[in-house]
Amino acid sequence: MVLIMLIATLYSPLSSFLMAQQTTAGRRYLRAFVSGFFVAVPVTVTVLDRFAYVARVEGASMQPFFNPEGGLKSDIVLLNRWSVRNYQVQRGDIVSIVSPKNPQQKIIKRVIGLEGDFIRTLGYKNQYVRVPDGHFWIEGDHHGHSLDSNSFGPVSVGLLHGRASHIIWPPSRWQQIKPSLPPNRGPLDTKEEEG
Amino acid sequence: MFRRVLGKTLGFVGYTIQYGCIAHCAFEYIGEFVVCSGPSMEPTIINHDVVFSERMSRHLCKIQKGDIVIAKSPYDPNMNICKRVIGLEGDKVCTSSPSDLFKTHTYVPKGHVWLEGDNLRNSTDSRSYGPIPYALIRGRVCLKLWPPHSFGTLSESPTKRIIKTQSDSD
Repeated sequence: MVLIMLIATLYSPLSSFLMAQQTTAGRRYLRAFVSGFFVAVPVTVTVLDRFAYVARVEGASMQPFFNPEGGLKSDIVLLNRWSVRNYQVQRGDIVSIVSPKNPQQKIIKRVIGLEGDFIRTLGYKNQYVRVPDGHFWIEGDHHGHSLDSNSFGPVSVGLLHGRASHIIWPPSRWQQIKPSLPPNRGPLDTKEEEG
Repeated sequence: MFRRVLGKTLGFVGYTIQYGCIAHCAFEYIGEFVVCSGPSMEPTIINHDVVFSERMSRHLCKIQKGDIVIAKSPYDPNMNICKRVIGLEGDKVCTSSPSDLFKTHTYVPKGHVWLEGDNLRNSTDSRSYGPIPYALIRGRVCLKLWPPHSFGTLSESPTKRIIKTQSDSD
């Protein structure tokens, strides 16, 4: 985030320079810098808050999808914030949410169930859970190494931060992320339960 | 002629984007005006009151016990609720109503807050849906703007449900 702000403050004097009529005195430079700064910072902040965000995936909780080698090489993903402005997500999407345990941390997991679904949990206090209204159930692909709904239960949709749409680094792993549910992890069909 | 119109249009669009972004930053990081509805915070905030809620406390994690906050409803993210913070993470809160004989207590889990309305008889709050994650809080209500006869800062909790611990300062 700080890196992006630095880049924004560096290109703002350049763009103001191109717009300024005379390019001689140092005071003109300062005024152009300040006015460019007041354009670049709000625009950058608005884009990061409303449209797209870039984040590094850390940890092994989404292996083998993210960070398959682990260690020092972390994937960097593009988070689409515009598509979640109405809190619409699908099952199988990878989303980033604000952690319910730590409001300053964001976690990236896969959506397994939406409101009204019945989920068979892995290690939660109840074996079967009905996801309440306005909540969803998220899990990391690497079960057992993941802090997800199996530890803290269904998560409120208001904590939704963004939807991971593309892996953008390393270049060998450039791809669009498509929603897909892992095998055997999905909402239970109520017909199956009765049968 | 066409080039001048195009230039003016682009300039207009540029200014709109710039001021739109400044407005977004103001509403997101400084504060916003909120119209409250419902009886759950009477007598502190009455139906159709306009209040100003500031965002800086929430981003700096400086919300304290006794603050009135605007938060997203845990059951519907498009709806906002206005309640008072009774307990922060780790605090002890009373889950039984004042009329119960045996009092039950619980501790607020990490990263959560316990909210209650001032009008205990007519408020759905943490007593029914449990503690809510801190990140659902949008802002802290600091000033009441309308109606003019009750303009000013808001009063302390009238319900005496906040349990003070030894570490609280007076």
